[in-house]
Amino acid sequence: MELSSADRRLLAALEEGLPLVPRPFAALGERVGLAEAEVLARLEALRAAGPINRMGLVVRHRELGYRANAMVVLDVPDPMVSAAGERLAREQAVSLCYARPRRPPLWPYNLFCMVHGRERLETLRLVHAVLMRSGLETVPRAVLFSGRRFVQRAARYARGAPQRAEAMP
Amino acid sequence: MRRTDPEPEPFRPTALQRALLDRFQRELPLVPRPYAAMAEALGASEAEVIEALAGLQAAGVLARVGVTLAPNRVGASTLAAMAVPKERLAEVAALVSAFSEVDHNYEREHRFNLWFVVTAASRAEVERVLATIEARTGLPVLDLPLERPFKLDLGFPLSWN
Repeated sequence: MELSSADRRLLAALEEGLPLVPRPFAALGERVGLAEAEVLARLEALRAAGPINRMGLVVRHRELGYRANAMVVLDVPDPMVSAAGERLAREQAVSLCYARPRRPPLWPYNLFCMVHGRERLETLRLVHAVLMRSGLETVPRAVLFSGRRFVQRAARYARGAPQRAEAMP
Repeated sequence: MRRTDPEPEPFRPTALQRALLDRFQRELPLVPRPYAAMAEALGASEAEVIEALAGLQAAGVLARVGVTLAPNRVGASTLAAMAVPKERLAEVAALVSAFSEVDHNYEREHRFNLWFVVTAASRAEVERVLATIEARTGLPVLDLPLERPFKLDLGFPLSWN
């Protein structure tokens, strides 16, 4: 769907989150020049048509104790990528799964997924179990645990490029 | 590389906060008073829900009540990675984080030890940001745009133990 300029303003304003006041959609509407009912209708349309992937509480896992977050990267033969990605996507422990390009010789991996655990050993066990079930245990891979999260600058809204579902820390 | 800064104890949510996290990562009620609708579903008051969410936000557990967007439906983005000499990591990370187009800037334990997402209005702008980072740091940046999603962010089932 084509986004209208009102849609873009609305999504940009939502980057900071919905205010914690009794009528948050009215407050949001005031900032972007839309009535409360219009805000609700636009959000429903954006959700139904696909640009909005998810609407709700956006959680930071690390603060809840999920500190061993692994990005698992696999070098899957090209003809197998779709089947492998679909199998990984069915795993509950896998929160995100994407195909991305290889960059030889520096970067040989073409399938990425995220697995979260409270501690490293738990996460490694989950990764192992997932790969076994998916028949990918012999595929070349690397497991990249996250270390420091580098502090972000403040809001970036008004750039017309709101927050994505694409990347998970 | 192991993290060096100490982590605080994980936040311990109240029963209402847990219920909110379990129930409302994916279904924000699209009604004029969404917190009242959440409250009704959980047998609490609107004020209690607002207070509970504010507490989650203050603790850093709740990034926001809001939306996540499907990749590449609005603007363009990529996942980028750099292999930064250890002694330059803090400096390069700060330089990268200063770009308003950069989000999710993380250290990872690998030769490619700095990973971040670049989001902009167009692919050309994404490439401009990557080129600027390369020029300012003298280090190459891997550009790994999404080719195909198999699973998008659908929220995260939390286990409370």
